[in-house]
Amino acid sequence: MLSKGLKRKREEVEKEALAVDTWWLDPGHTAVAQAPPAVASSSLFDLSVLKLHHSLRQSEPDLRHLVLVVNTLRRIQASMAPAAALPPVPSPPAAAGVADSLLASSDAAFSASMSSLLEDLSHIEGLSQAPQPLVDEGPPGRPNGGVPPGLGALDLLGPATGCLLDDGLEGLFEDIDTSMYDSELWAPASEVLKPGPVDGPDKEEAPELDEAELDYLMDVLVGTQALERPPGPGR
Amino acid sequence: MEEDIDTRKINNSFLRDHSYATEADIISTVEFNHTGELLATGDKGGRVVIFQREQESKNQVHRRGEYNVYSTFQSHEPEFDYLKSLEIEEKINKIRWLPQQNAAYFLLSTNDKTVKLWKVSERDKRPEGYNLKDEEGRLRDPVTITTLRVPVLRPMDLMVEATPRRVFANAHTYHINSISVNSDYETYMSADDLRINLWNFEITNQSFSILSLGPVPNGNLEVRSRLVRGVGEIETKGIITTAILSLCSVEQDAGRGTRHSSGLMGCGAGIHVDQEHCAGACEVQYSGRGGCAKFILVFFCPTVFEEPEDPSNRSFFSEIISSISDVKFSHSGRYIMTRDYLTVKVWDLNMENRPIETYQVHDYLRSKLCSLYENDCIFDKFECVWNGSDSVIMTGSYNNFFRMFDRNTKRDVTLEASRENSKPRAILKPRKVCVGGKRRKDEISVDSLDFSKKILHTAWHPSENIIAVAATNNLYIFQDKVN
Repeated sequence: MLSKGLKRKREEVEKEALAVDTWWLDPGHTAVAQAPPAVASSSLFDLSVLKLHHSLRQSEPDLRHLVLVVNTLRRIQASMAPAAALPPVPSPPAAAGVADSLLASSDAAFSASMSSLLEDLSHIEGLSQAPQPLVDEGPPGRPNGGVPPGLGALDLLGPATGCLLDDGLEGLFEDIDTSMYDSELWAPASEVLKPGPVDGPDKEEAPELDEAELDYLMDVLVGTQALERPPGPGR
Repeated sequence: MEEDIDTRKINNSFLRDHSYATEADIISTVEFNHTGELLATGDKGGRVVIFQREQESKNQVHRRGEYNVYSTFQSHEPEFDYLKSLEIEEKINKIRWLPQQNAAYFLLSTNDKTVKLWKVSERDKRPEGYNLKDEEGRLRDPVTITTLRVPVLRPMDLMVEATPRRVFANAHTYHINSISVNSDYETYMSADDLRINLWNFEITNQSFSILSLGPVPNGNLEVRSRLVRGVGEIETKGIITTAILSLCSVEQDAGRGTRHSSGLMGCGAGIHVDQEHCAGACEVQYSGRGGCAKFILVFFCPTVFEEPEDPSNRSFFSEIISSISDVKFSHSGRYIMTRDYLTVKVWDLNMENRPIETYQVHDYLRSKLCSLYENDCIFDKFECVWNGSDSVIMTGSYNNFFRMFDRNTKRDVTLEASRENSKPRAILKPRKVCVGGKRRKDEISVDSLDFSKKILHTAWHPSENIIAVAATNNLYIFQDKVN
């Protein structure tokens, strides 16, 4: 039961999230067992993104290499996302359901919305559990090859996050300590936040996004949080 | 009788015959001609080197005909595409011989963008006694010519010259990865990642796109093919979704298979598709100068047709390792062999839904896929070959190892192509990779394998037990032991 004015402490929310995970889970659900692999594959994810960017930078990309890397990246991403929220994954139609259940203000519903929100965030941020700057490590952007990139996740997100802008939700969010959303990458199933600011040197090898993509990402993020916040890091 | 030979072969009675080191240029393709008399290699520097087998001499029966350099020529030069501002590599991707019709030899060689038809001919006579030219070829002053004479042909030292007869260019957006000559010997196909073009040898300024893959608006990839005389779309059985686009290899049945009659050619293109969909067969009609011919394009989708994947084997790399890197028709025309990263599979054309045989090439790499992904080795494209009787198949691996599988006895052997480990005339010793636990004396452990030494290209003599193995910039020729 969520009452206005009551701030939840960070630890409590975490526990809630963790409890949510358990609650959602069937005991025999393989997703639980996959938690360690999901962590391991974050470096695999980074590696794949690097390979993708490297491949795209060629003036004549090796198509086979490119497509294989993209498809592998998709798989990795698909396997990492469930760590945040478990099936059934909220899709655009479900987002409306999420909004509804929020208004019903039950703990379970709130947890569901939390999970979906976090999942949306993780989609945007191209979930990676290594400390990486959000803006650099996001979805690989739009390759100039003819092949559709594996990450239509960003497109999918449009309608979903749009729903969260409903006025009814803003009030709910205001009461929550959302400092956690500011930081780069947040995997609720795992440990806590990453440190906010990111080191310059770490970014050097990370692929760069276009300005336009950067802006778009920031817009989506800011829109999701429905808060007036100072510009996020990296801007 | 044949069985004996095969068994003997699998007992590694191959001896190292010759090794040729080309100067620091990596060999990129190896191909015997139809009789096995000639062996052509292409390298990264755009050169083609042709070896010819010596006539067997009665005096030295124990020495079978050896292969000596017959001709060397520069097939392709590096080019610069000014529009795209990029350099086109001169590396020879494939060589295909045409069957011999006269004294000269013809072969097709291709780099990423351009296919060339080369004529290799011998000259052992030359004309002498020109009227207008003197012996050095300089023009004579007509005033000095007082008599007429008829030039005569005089013998000279054998000279082998290669001349480009046709250049087929500007028909591929992506990199050409294979070429294949039709059994009519009037046409041939070239394939890049997304397209198969059909050429007539006489016509260089146009080609027909008989197959092109392209994205459709919903993000899926659809297989389309175009009739030669128009832009018709042929219904195919399915749609390729998250696909590997590369047509890694185009092969044509020589027409000797029983299921093909004259005029019908089978073409196998290895296309990897995801599990839900596959492309089936489609027919293309081609009207050419020689009459009509029908193509049957058969797409193989190993992940669809295979036994369901063992979930414990499923990994992020499942798709990469099941991507086909080579496809070859058997000599009989009845079977197709495909090579993916870890296995070789034999398919019966009459039974398309699953391979009839699967051979593990280097399954010990399965636990190393992550590192192989990291160093890009997982993308290596290995080739595979049949022997003349289709009873043995061969393919390469790492650490200069190559593998042979006897389809009848189900035995297999691992051999190594390296100078350190084999002396000339010495019988090759079988090698073994130790997977875990105790390593025996002669075994090599998986972690000691040298992944920079990869054998991607091999060739097998069409009728005899002679194999050519390209190990980076060295070419090894092995023959089986003569009793």
